[in-house]
Amino acid sequence: MRSIKHSSAGHPVPDFRNVGIMLRTLLGVNAMAAAAALVRGAGFGDWATQFVALSAWVQPLLLLNLLVLAAAAPLLLSWPLALARAGVIGLAALSSLFLADAWRFFGLDGGDVSFMRAALFGGLAAALMLAYFALRARAFSPAIAEARLLALTARIRPHFLFNSLNAVLGLIRSEPRRAETALEELAELFRVLMRDPRELLPLADEIAFCRQYLDLEKLRLGERLRVDWDVRDVPANVAVPPLMLQPLLENAVYHGIEPLAEGGTLQLRFAREDDSLRIELINPCASAPQGSGGHHMAIANIRERLDLFYDLEARLDARQETLPEGGCQFCVRIAIPLRRRQP
Amino acid sequence: MNTATALSVLIVDDEAPARARLRDLLADATAEEANAVVAEAANGLLALAVLAEREIDLVLVDIRMPAMDGIELARHISRMARPPAVVFVTAYDSYALQAFDLNAIDYLLKPVRLARLVAALRKARRLSTPVPDLVLASLQPGERTHLSCHERGRLLLVPVVDIRYLQAGLKYVTAHTALRSYVLDESLVRLEEEFAVRFIRLHRSVLAAREAIVAFEKGGETEGETQWRAVLRDIPEALPVSRRQWPLVKAAAINARV
Repeated sequence: MRSIKHSSAGHPVPDFRNVGIMLRTLLGVNAMAAAAALVRGAGFGDWATQFVALSAWVQPLLLLNLLVLAAAAPLLLSWPLALARAGVIGLAALSSLFLADAWRFFGLDGGDVSFMRAALFGGLAAALMLAYFALRARAFSPAIAEARLLALTARIRPHFLFNSLNAVLGLIRSEPRRAETALEELAELFRVLMRDPRELLPLADEIAFCRQYLDLEKLRLGERLRVDWDVRDVPANVAVPPLMLQPLLENAVYHGIEPLAEGGTLQLRFAREDDSLRIELINPCASAPQGSGGHHMAIANIRERLDLFYDLEARLDARQETLPEGGCQFCVRIAIPLRRRQP
Repeated sequence: MNTATALSVLIVDDEAPARARLRDLLADATAEEANAVVAEAANGLLALAVLAEREIDLVLVDIRMPAMDGIELARHISRMARPPAVVFVTAYDSYALQAFDLNAIDYLLKPVRLARLVAALRKARRLSTPVPDLVLASLQPGERTHLSCHERGRLLLVPVVDIRYLQAGLKYVTAHTALRSYVLDESLVRLEEEFAVRFIRLHRSVLAAREAIVAFEKGGETEGETQWRAVLRDIPEALPVSRRQWPLVKAAAINARV
């Protein structure tokens, strides 16, 4: 599956199979040739003749290079960036050299293009085009980051939705009021889920959302799910990425609490430490480590979102710990920089 | 089964509201298809305890449950002398549903609808050929928590964690725990495949629990080579280790120590 990360606009080495890239290269190199003709020509009238003369040399070279680069594109994309760039520049310089030699052999050139100048011109043109594509990729990357953010933002498991609806249906006849509250909470939950994921949210909202989510889980699991909240000295208006904790809670319930017949306690700690906000989430787990691919995916997902929001300033650390009295627990610790809510 | 009598139903689900919902719906369905909820259970183990006590016609089984999941419960039910009909009830599990469709296993989707439930009750009344254990085994994601065997018409459950070793005889495999042994109607090869993490082969006909091996002792010498024996926790007699398996068993024991 092609992900948005590998789009041709995003990669610093352009994919030369792309028609857009080819067109831009053709136009760019011809623009350079036109500029060179302007410099070489005696006057404005001479410009067209000079350009045609230069074209006889530039066009075949350009087409040849594009053909080779298009064929070699998969190889180039798999190479490290520096090597790929050197390869493109080297190819342009070398082919310029050979073509100048061939032209001279056929006697087509007046001999005023020296080998050194030909190679330099080819190499320079290639380097300029690469620089242009790199700048263009950088200009596009915020859009890509945004798209990635949208893709990464938590989606609630269908398992949770259907089980919650089923639980509400089970309550309607015996406890209509509780069923009402539960449906209201479910509606509220989905309102938050459909919010724009690109904005940071006040921590107080995120905590309220977590409480609502856990209330719904409690509806199904009853006494099996116990939650131990510890929110200490945390400024309520700190901005955090939206829905950062919900996927972790969902995993803690799904992989931690549900497989235990007698249930367990979920520990949630929020504390301020110097200039950062520490969040700790601990859940008990069945002693046998079970394949929880979903769990690792959620954690990798949140780690990437933290990177997009905070770059290197945020940390996420997750591990399974064996307890001295037997059994084990799963801990997720997050540290994010304290940052005022942006206006 | 007489069509006039009410179908006796057992509901197995770990979530109380989900059980309440099925109870309500079954009460609604009784006008069209006579049924009576005779018991409820919160997991597979408790359900088997109920099934040992009384005759049940239909079991509605949730798939994801602690202690013993729905698939394992169905596997034990399929070994019973007169198994009740089993209908799975699940919220969302696309991989299992595909397999169910493929094997014509009956299931209901949560939230369950009355019309579908009535149809399932009708079907359970008409035919109740149990799904073969082999098919269910292919649906189970992990290993079973219990093995089951028959003794004097009763279904006995042996927790896998209690088994010290499994021994293949001429016709049967016996499971040995610290207290006693059970005769199983399964093949040693299949058990070895399913519980590869827990058990290791000592020789042709014995699988030992890795964590139960406490020591090795020297036995006699055959053809100039030492015959080793494994000492298992709570088992008085040491078990011989074949020459071919000895390097593997030794390596596994060393790994377990580290």
